[in-house]
Amino acid sequence: MTTTVNPPSPEQREGLRDRLRHGREAVAQRWHHAPRWVRWVLLAAVIVFFYALPNKEFYQYLGPIPTPGANFTQVLFTVSIYVLMAVGLNIVVGFAGLLDLGYFGFFAVGAYTVAVLTSPSSDIKTLWPWLLVVPIAIALTMVSGVMLGTPTLRLRGDYLALVTLGFAEMIRIAAVSSPFLKGQRGFNQIPHPPGQYTDGKPIFGVLDARPYYWLVLTLIIVVVIGVRNLTHSRVGRAWISIREDEDAAQLMGVPTFKFKLWAFAAGAAIAGLAGALFAGKQNFVNSQNFELLNSIIILAAVIFGGSGNIVGAIVGGGLVAYMIERFRGIELFGVELYEYRFLFFGLVLVVMMIFRPQGLIPNRRRAAEFKDRRKEVTVGE
Amino acid sequence: MLLEIDDVSLLYGRIQALHGISLTVEEGEIVALIGANGAGKSTTMRAISGIRPVASGRIRFDGEDITKLRADLRVRRGLCQAPEGRGIFPGMTVLENLDMGAYTRRDRAGIAQDLDRVLGLFPRLAERRKQQGGTLSGGEQQMLAVGRALMSRPKLLLLDEPSMGLAPMLIQQIFTIITEINEQGTTILLVEQNAQQALARAHRAYVLETGRIVKSGTGEELLHDPSVKDAYLGVA
Ligand SMILES: Nc1ncnc2c1ncn2[C@@H]1O[C@H](COP(=O)(O)OP(=O)(O)OP(=O)(O)O)[C@@H](O)[C@H]1O
Ligand SMILES: [Mg+2]
Repeated sequence: MTTTVNPPSPEQREGLRDRLRHGREAVAQRWHHAPRWVRWVLLAAVIVFFYALPNKEFYQYLGPIPTPGANFTQVLFTVSIYVLMAVGLNIVVGFAGLLDLGYFGFFAVGAYTVAVLTSPSSDIKTLWPWLLVVPIAIALTMVSGVMLGTPTLRLRGDYLALVTLGFAEMIRIAAVSSPFLKGQRGFNQIPHPPGQYTDGKPIFGVLDARPYYWLVLTLIIVVVIGVRNLTHSRVGRAWISIREDEDAAQLMGVPTFKFKLWAFAAGAAIAGLAGALFAGKQNFVNSQNFELLNSIIILAAVIFGGSGNIVGAIVGGGLVAYMIERFRGIELFGVELYEYRFLFFGLVLVVMMIFRPQGLIPNRRRAAEFKDRRKEVTVGE
Repeated sequence: MLLEIDDVSLLYGRIQALHGISLTVEEGEIVALIGANGAGKSTTMRAISGIRPVASGRIRFDGEDITKLRADLRVRRGLCQAPEGRGIFPGMTVLENLDMGAYTRRDRAGIAQDLDRVLGLFPRLAERRKQQGGTLSGGEQQMLAVGRALMSRPKLLLLDEPSMGLAPMLIQQIFTIITEINEQGTTILLVEQNAQQALARAHRAYVLETGRIVKSGTGEELLHDPSVKDAYLGVA
């Protein structure tokens, strides 16, 4: 690189936003025009970086990136769960255009399924192994998605938002007050995934979060490949057409209800998987893990990143979860910033929606849809 | 008889928009449906394409009762509508929009052939094939909506005000194309505000008033009917 850095003059600074935009577009341009192998190498480098990240020998050289107030590998695990969920919610919100305000409800269904079927504190005492229960958890969340979606997805827009919100709240209240779900006391000794090192020690445990993080990272990659293939198929075209204009989609012969239900169920399944992973990692599940706020955060993360774009969802989910944790342990004028994390978060969102409603890394189509809607608003009926 | 609507009523909540209308379309025809704003023209189209359920009456298409058939399955039977107000996909390019028109089809060769045909009918779209639908001009969007509907290779093409918002030159052009499509073998049911043009091009026509068919006849007859002249053709 031969660029020299000068302090920006006032005129230059005025155009900062534009320049940032141009910069980002230039990066996107370069990326799209780069030869295939360059893209593969860069992608591989990014993936290797994230696999290496939880090792202290590596992250200690990364300056301010590791979180001061919390164990960095634990934080990375939390972040990875959020990323997985953002990828799932992006199918629902970003691709099919369905506003799901209760996405964390499916996460809870997944986590509780694992808890009830594996934990010795459970009333039914099945004590099944974790791995056996994961597919059951995914299937159950899918079924709950279909049950919730069937009556509501025939209705338009706002109803779905309300119903999903109610669903998440119902699950939470059930968790708090039903004796079967154990409320605050919760379920303990939830087993970990199988696997041992050569010396006989189990790979997955509570103390070392790295194997869990690697597992989630691997699953994210698998899910992303699956979602990408799906979006480049007839299914993806159907989702996008529904999002852009549902009536027109129907008039072109797209069975809209069926595809909306599919998107909803696929998103739910991914949240269920995330819940199952979380339950295993924590070893413990109780009613405190499923606050409504989590649903809002994950939705905000998807919109923040640029809904409709897989990379956007990953970056959004990752950044939002990381930022919230990053505030931990930072004091400014004697106040712990962590206490105010949602204030900052809210501020960032408001600013973002004013200046960049399509999200950090928007989808090319989404940008056009936003323009289209704006036109509708200004031209009026 | 390709399409037969018999005594169809339709409700929007408590508002009754159609009061038992009946009409038919024969294979090979252009049939026009004219009427004032709010008469129920678009509603009739919605009933036929199936995006609104009817309250009573029956709809037969191509020898089959489709009254209760889902909208997307009607498309597969050969019934396709270009919606009012264009209704194209704004984020998709012209080609992607056209491709969506062929969503129900799997015959690649046939689709490619129809794409050539549509781009031949609308050279403007051919020039702008990579442009996003939302950035097209109003007239171009209108053409895209018609072209997209054609891509399903319908037996019956439903056009809801294809000339809406177009300059006189373009209106002429659109009607010429509609006639051309019809001559190539597609039956057309056409809703129009532009009664003059529609009646001149149509084989037969119906006049709709507040959800009822009040007149029908050949395009020629209605064009010279005094009451139609008064109400829909301005001072002639
Ligand atoms: N979704 C709806 N909900 C309630 N009423 C509706 C709805 N759509 C249409 N209507 C009413 O039904 C009647 C017929 O409307 P329609 O759109 O069929 O009219 P139109 O003949 O197509 O008029 P235009 O020429 O203005 O397009 C109108 O009175 C309208 O207000
Ligand atoms: Mg109308």
